[in-house]
Amino acid sequence: MDLKEKLISSYHQTQKDRPKDAFHALREKAISYFEEKGFPNKKEETWRYTSLRPILKEDYQLFPKNENTLTQQDIAPYLTKGLDSYLLVYVDGHFVENLSQPIKTKTFTATSFSKALQEKEDKARIEKYFDQIAPKEDRDRFRSLNTAFTQEGTFIHVERNAVVDKPIQLLYFSTGKEDALLLQPRNLVVVENNAQVKIIERHQSLNENATLTNAVTEIIAAEHTLVDYYKIQNDKYTSSLIDNTFVDQHGNDSAVFVHTFSFGGKLTRNNLRASQNAEHLNTTFKGVTILEGNQHVDHNTFVHHLQPNNESHQDYKGMFDDRSHGVFDGYILVDRIAQKTDGYQKSDNILMSDRAIAHAKPQLEIYADDVLCSHGCTIGQMDKEALFYLQSRGVPKKEAKALMMYAFCTSVLSSVTIPELKAQIDGYISSKLGVKMDFDSELID
Amino acid sequence: MLKIKNLHASVEGNEILKGIDLEINPGEKHAIMGPNGGGKSTLANVITGNDAYEVTEGEIIFEGENILELDPEERAQKGIFLSFQYPVEIPGVSVMNFMRTAINAIRKSKGEEDISGKELMALLKKNSALLGIDLKFLQRYLNEGFSGGEKKRNEIFQMAMLDPKLSILDETDSGLDIDALRIVADGVNKLHRSDNSALVITHYQRLLNYIVPDFVHVLVDGKIVKTGDKNLAIKLEDKGYDWLKLQEA
Repeated sequence: MDLKEKLISSYHQTQKDRPKDAFHALREKAISYFEEKGFPNKKEETWRYTSLRPILKEDYQLFPKNENTLTQQDIAPYLTKGLDSYLLVYVDGHFVENLSQPIKTKTFTATSFSKALQEKEDKARIEKYFDQIAPKEDRDRFRSLNTAFTQEGTFIHVERNAVVDKPIQLLYFSTGKEDALLLQPRNLVVVENNAQVKIIERHQSLNENATLTNAVTEIIAAEHTLVDYYKIQNDKYTSSLIDNTFVDQHGNDSAVFVHTFSFGGKLTRNNLRASQNAEHLNTTFKGVTILEGNQHVDHNTFVHHLQPNNESHQDYKGMFDDRSHGVFDGYILVDRIAQKTDGYQKSDNILMSDRAIAHAKPQLEIYADDVLCSHGCTIGQMDKEALFYLQSRGVPKKEAKALMMYAFCTSVLSSVTIPELKAQIDGYISSKLGVKMDFDSELID
Repeated sequence: MLKIKNLHASVEGNEILKGIDLEINPGEKHAIMGPNGGGKSTLANVITGNDAYEVTEGEIIFEGENILELDPEERAQKGIFLSFQYPVEIPGVSVMNFMRTAINAIRKSKGEEDISGKELMALLKKNSALLGIDLKFLQRYLNEGFSGGEKKRNEIFQMAMLDPKLSILDETDSGLDIDALRIVADGVNKLHRSDNSALVITHYQRLLNYIVPDFVHVLVDGKIVKTGDKNLAIKLEDKGYDWLKLQEA
C-alpha cells in the first residue's frame, strides 16, 4: 500500500469514530479532492524541480500516541533565547499544556484548537474561518490532506484595536517514538480591524527518525492590521516539511510580512499564497536559505493582486553548498482591475560548490495596464575581489566568506522586528557557515 | 622590513612583472611611479597575496620570512596593509563592525584577547578625528554609496585602525579633490613612524608633494628602470615617462 492509499483508507477508518461536526463536510470534500488528485509529481510545472519520491516512500505512522515526556529543559534549546512570549508547544501532534503558556484575554486568544473549541465564541470563529481561504477550485492537495486530517493546531484571534503585547511562539515537536511520523498541524490566525500580532513558528524533530510535517497556516487580516510571521526551518536532516501558508487580506491598509529562514531539514517546500482582497495592502515575503549536503528547499510563492493600489514584495536570498538544491518559483498575478499595483520579486543565489544547484523562476502575469512590476534573479559565485578585500584586512577566508554571506542577507534580516529572534537567526547563520562570529552588534548607543 | 628579489608575476598567463628588486627599511617612504599598465597595481596585489596573480619566480621577504606561500589574511596579520585603488562595497557590514572583526582576527593570530568595547571606541574616536570622519559615518555599510573621496579616506582610516608595519597605498590620490588629498596625506604622515614604512603607488607626482618619499622608483613594463629621490618624481612630472623608456632601450 503506498502512502496515498494508506492515507485514504485510514481516513475512512477514523471517520467512523469522529463526530459529524461542523467540519465534517469540509473533511469529506478535502479527502475526495486528495483522492482524485493524489500527490504532485515532477511532470507538473510547479513541481518540476522538487521530487517528493524520497519522502513519500516512508511508512509513516499517521496517528501517534500521546505519550509526551518532554520537559522544559528539553525544549529550551528551540525557544528564542531571552524572548518574553506566549508559547504553544505540541508534541507528536498533541498540545502540551504544561509546557505552554496559552493566553486568553478580553482582546486576544492564542491557544490550541482543542481548547478553543470548548469556548463558544472561539468555536464559532473557527467554524467561520477554518479552511475558507482561496477559491475551492484552486485547492492545494497538501492543504486538502491537512484539512481531512486536522486534529490539533493553533488558534490565534486578535480582537479589534488590540496589539498582542508579546510575540507568540508555536513549537511543534516530534519525538521520534515512532519509526516514521507524518504530522499535520494547522494554524488559524484571525486578526480583526486595527489589530497587530507577531508569530514565530517552528517544527522540530528530536531524533533521527524520518518525519514529514504537512503544515497549513491560514492568516486572515482585516482592515489596518499588521501581521508579522516568522518561520524558522532549522530541523534535523532526516525531517521534511511541506509548509502551506495562505494569506487573505480582506480589509484596507493591512500589512502582512512572512519571513522564512531555511537552514535545516532534508526537503522543504514552502507554498506561500496571498490574496489581496482590499486596497492599500502590503504583502511581503522574504527568506534566507542556506543549505549544504543533499538538502533541498523549494520556495513556491503566489501573490494575487485582486484589487487596485496594492504592493507586494518578495526578496529571497539563497546560498548553496555541496550538492544542495534551492528553488525559487515566484508568481505574481495582477488582475485587470488591480491598477496601480506595485509588485516586485527578487531572488539572489550564491553557489558555493560546483555541484550545488539553484533554480530561479520569477513570473509576472499582468492584466492591468497601469502597474509597476519588476522581478530580478541572480545566480552567481562569491565575489573574489570582495573576498580578497576582507582578507587583506586580516580576516581569515572562512570568516570573510561568512561576513559576505551575512551581508548578502541584509535586506531580509533588516526587516526582522524582534531583536531576540534576529540574534537567534544570526547565530544559526554563523553556525551554519561554520564560524563563531558576532555579525551585527551595536557599538554606539 | 621588505625585500623583493627578482619577482616575476603573471595574470592569466601574461607576464606583468618581469624581475622586480626592491628593499624597504623601517621608517622609509618609497614611491613607485610609472605609466599605466606598467605593473604598479600588480606589484601591490602580489605583495598582499591576491591569488588572481601568479608569482612565477622570485621571493618576497617580509621581516626575514618568505611570505609567498601565505594567504592574504596571514600577510595582513603580520602587518602588511593595502589601501585599495578601488575599495569594494560590502553592503550589510558596517565600517565599525568590520574594524572590530579585523582587529580581533589580527589579535587572535597573535594569541591576544579580543579588543574591549571601550578600547575599540577610543581607537575609533581617535582615528576618525585624525581623518576628519564623523563617527556616524562608521555605522554606514562598508564603502556602500561612499563617494570616491570617502572611500579613500575610509581606506586610510582602516590603515590607522590596524596600525600596519608596511602600508601600500595604491593610487590613493585618484578621485580625490585637493582638500581630500590633503586630509588623506596628512593622515598618512601622522601615522608614519621610525618603525613603519610606506609604499606609495601613484601615476602623478601631485600626491608626493604631500607625502614626501625617501625613494622614488619608476616601474615601466614590469621592471624598475630608475630609482632616485623625490626630485626624480618632479622630473617625471615635467618630462613624462618616455625618456626613461628610451634610456632603457
